[in-house]
Amino acid sequence: MVETMNKTWFLACQVQDVPENGGVCVKVKDQQIALFHFARRGEWYATQNECPHRQQMALSRGMIGSQGEEPKVACPFHKKTFSLKTGACLSGDVEAIKTYSVMVKDESVYIFLDSDEV
Amino acid sequence: MKIIIIGNGMVGYKFCEKLMAKNPQGIELIVFGEEIRPAYDRVHLSEFFSGKSAQDLEMAPATWYEEHGIKLYTGDPIMHLDCENKTVSSHAGITESYDYLVFATGSSAFVPPIPGVEKDGVFIYRTIEDLEMMRDWAPKAKKGAVIGGGLLGLEAAKAMIDLGVTDTHVIEFAPRLMPRQIDEAGSTLLQAKLESIGLHILTSTNTLEITGSDKISGMRFQNDQVLDVDMLVISAGIKPRDELAKNAGLATGPRGGILVDSHMLTSDPHILAIGECALYEGMIYGLVAPGYEMAEVAIATLLGADKQFTGFDMSTKLKLIGIDVASFGDPFASDGEVRSIVLEDRNKGIYKRVNISADGKTLLGGILIGDAEQYNMLLQTCKNQVILPPNPEDIILGSRGGESEGGAGVLSLPDDAMICSCEAVSKGDICSHVLHGAENIEAIKKCTKAGTGCGGCVPMVKDIVNHTLKSQGIYVRNVICEHFDYSRQELLDLVHLHNLRSYDEVLSAHGHGDGCEVCKPLVASLIASLWNEMILDKGNDTAQDSNDRFLANIQKGGTYSVVPRIPGGEITPDKLIVIGEVAKEYNLYTKITGGQRIDLFGAHLTDLPAIWEKLIEAGFESGHAYGKALRTVKSCVGSTWCRFGLHDSVSFAIQIEERYRGIRAPHKIKGGVSGCIRECAEAQSKDFGIIATEKGWNLHVCGNGGSKPQHALLLASDIDSETCIRYIDRFLMFYIKTADPLTRTATWLNKLEGGIDYLRNVVVNDSLGLAEELESEMQKLVDNYVCEWKAAVENPEFRKRFSHFVNAPEEKDPTVDFEVLRDQKKAKAWS
Ligand SMILES: Cc1cc2nc3c(=O)[nH]c(=O)nc-3n(C[C@H](O)[C@H](O)[C@H](O)COP(=O)(O)OP(=O)(O)OC[C@H]3O[C@@H](n4cnc5c(N)ncnc54)[C@H](O)[C@@H]3O)c2cc1C
Ligand code: SF4
Ligand code: SF4
Ligand code: FES
Repeated sequence: MVETMNKTWFLACQVQDVPENGGVCVKVKDQQIALFHFARRGEWYATQNECPHRQQMALSRGMIGSQGEEPKVACPFHKKTFSLKTGACLSGDVEAIKTYSVMVKDESVYIFLDSDEV
Repeated sequence: MKIIIIGNGMVGYKFCEKLMAKNPQGIELIVFGEEIRPAYDRVHLSEFFSGKSAQDLEMAPATWYEEHGIKLYTGDPIMHLDCENKTVSSHAGITESYDYLVFATGSSAFVPPIPGVEKDGVFIYRTIEDLEMMRDWAPKAKKGAVIGGGLLGLEAAKAMIDLGVTDTHVIEFAPRLMPRQIDEAGSTLLQAKLESIGLHILTSTNTLEITGSDKISGMRFQNDQVLDVDMLVISAGIKPRDELAKNAGLATGPRGGILVDSHMLTSDPHILAIGECALYEGMIYGLVAPGYEMAEVAIATLLGADKQFTGFDMSTKLKLIGIDVASFGDPFASDGEVRSIVLEDRNKGIYKRVNISADGKTLLGGILIGDAEQYNMLLQTCKNQVILPPNPEDIILGSRGGESEGGAGVLSLPDDAMICSCEAVSKGDICSHVLHGAENIEAIKKCTKAGTGCGGCVPMVKDIVNHTLKSQGIYVRNVICEHFDYSRQELLDLVHLHNLRSYDEVLSAHGHGDGCEVCKPLVASLIASLWNEMILDKGNDTAQDSNDRFLANIQKGGTYSVVPRIPGGEITPDKLIVIGEVAKEYNLYTKITGGQRIDLFGAHLTDLPAIWEKLIEAGFESGHAYGKALRTVKSCVGSTWCRFGLHDSVSFAIQIEERYRGIRAPHKIKGGVSGCIRECAEAQSKDFGIIATEKGWNLHVCGNGGSKPQHALLLASDIDSETCIRYIDRFLMFYIKTADPLTRTATWLNKLEGGIDYLRNVVVNDSLGLAEELESEMQKLVDNYVCEWKAAVENPEFRKRFSHFVNAPEEKDPTVDFEVLRDQKKAKAWS
């Protein structure tokens, strides 16, 4: 419990704002977070929007899908893929991306962030 | 056991990696490296100039060593070795004792003692620091030179060109280029090719002096010739780093190198040497693959296993400035008992030579220049003494059919044939992993590492995987990805048959899992090819490639380009003004494209709908520059203005461009129409090209510009306009229905059995009885056309998707940044 004290659920948008099986970019102060509605699996994911490969703000515009069981997103620039669960790069050698928890309540979508980030 | 490695280069690193993979117990590993960064991929060093960072080239990050409990000192060379007391001490004053010491000190560039080598502007080509210094110097330089016309010298010459020093001389002491790898005829052809791209080559030239004050200004040669030069790279060979070993009393060779036996042991039984510093039977092995093999042997020696180094094949293949050059086995074999078969095509710049034993049964070696596709197969045939077919010349001549031969070839190789020499993986290794469930190339790469080095063996590994599966009775098809067990053509038929219209429907009906970046755009394109419905509809937007999804090409930095259609390249002054005004209003970079239209770059995602609204109002439509679809039909000015023109090429080009606009295909399609045989529209480099004749039009198909140019072939001659369109209908539809994904018409034709004659039979003579069906399918697509941008800006739901922040739709991406160039903006360079 103590740990959750300095974290907050940040209201990002409404469910209908996010295309099914696609992503959008959420502005949180100076940060950009990619939010995905994996409608096929009934799941939501959030990650950093910046692709670590060439530092492009692009992951929210990437295609999502699966590799085996692992849900993933492919950067539109050079198709590096990252696990939506762990953030690890699945296509080799780029560093991992940050991932965040997502909650949907009454058609609103929230992302779990450090309180000082929002 | 405490092991110290001196040198953290490619081989030194490989030693660590291979040793760690064995999970050894009770071993303490310490590495001293002289360079400031951990080992990097020197073989691909030149890619530093094409955008790779030092980090991209890293073999493994510093944390890897930590994670494996290896103590790594970088930027701290060993200065002293005491064999008696078994200690080393470093420049920074660290002294460590060892049980075993491994030299992996590599080599340095050999710099001949020419007066003036110390001047500014003279470089060597070995480390990232060398390249950084070259990069800093090059902008000041105009005339470059490279001493050394061998493998590395030519690579350095390419680097000079990449750095913008295009006026570069290669100076070779020997009478010809690459004397150690290729024969005279090969050198001559290579030289001609290099000269044709602008390199100057001086052979039989000995440099006497490098002139200039502090800074190089020129070179003086033996024949009293002089050359103005302000940047010079010396690449005259390598010199093994044996100085430390020598001072400590280890045996070294007269021309350098630390003497080793077949266990990689030096003259001291506690000291080993591997890689480019080791001298085995009078030879320094200046390639990575033998170095890696030495690392393997050294580990066996240390762990008490039995493995010996017995020399290594020095065959090489490389790409020099876009030209394949390979030599294998004994490239020069020429005594009376040997038959050499030579194929030389100066027009195409191809030279191939194979040396065959007198009885015609075995391949001894050879040389390939200009086209080295068969390299791997020939190398393996040679190394494994595979018995040759009855007409051995076929192995270099009849390669056009490609795959089938390659395939049969793989079968004939023995199990111990080394397929991936970088990682020492044999055919047997690959087969057994396939049998244990690694059934595709990715899986094989992961479990054997085959194909992860230089990558040259990947086609062969694929063949082996497929053949092994086949031999197990597993039917191998060209399946799309893990989510669909169908080829593109099979899936197209299914989607058609079941009248499926969205990606999700297709996935649920015929696939499994959740899709990926391979099958999504492919299926989305199939659906578009079949029905030509608005591509963002029915939830298909998120299955489209990013470019199709936002109806614009994503550019460096995350902005998009806007390309309105300008059919046939014809545009009114008023429309030109509108483009100019829009570009000004939204601060866009403008450029005329190769396809006779105007690109507007640097648009924010958020601005796209408004920009298009303005363009559409002025009568423009989407140019589909973002889609695998018809791009442009280029036209010459034709009979309306040109005094040679036979017909009105512009009108015909416009008619055709408007007919096929928006239709989705396996890849982009381009067309051209010329008003006479002078061919100013370059129609023969297009997927379909139409050229006016006295009697009508000649139709050419399957041409290609791009990286593999190919002339279009004549499909029909002297036909009238209606027939021409009917043939193009059939041709395009047949292509759309049968091509593999992302295959241009040229490649499609090359793979089509029967080639152009077969295609002509289908399209012109209707041999399959498909003509009518193909035409009516095409007509349906034509009738269904709507401008996607018009549909997008008019529909609020679609329009909403064109914002960067979902929770701040009016705000633009604040990280987008531009630089200024020639009074316009440009995207910021990759960081
Ligand atoms: C531009 C270029 C292109 C090449 N292309 C190819 C190719 O296409 N195919 C191919 O097979 N090979 C190629 N090579 C050759 C290949 O890079 C070498 O064979 C390979 O790097 C040898 O590895 P090594 O570990 O023995 O030596 P190196 O990679 O040179 O590593 C030796 C390291 O030891 C360090 N060292 C030396 N003395 C000390 C000391 N006293 N204390 C601590 N550290 C020390 C050095 O600074 C260096 O970092 C190329 C080389 C270059 C330069
Ligand atoms: S191709 Fe012929 S008609 Fe067209 S511009 Fe050239 S010369 Fe004139
Ligand atoms: S050739 Fe084409 S892909 Fe390559 S840089 Fe130029 S525009 Fe881009
Ligand atoms: S920027 Fe994302 S893959 Fe290159």
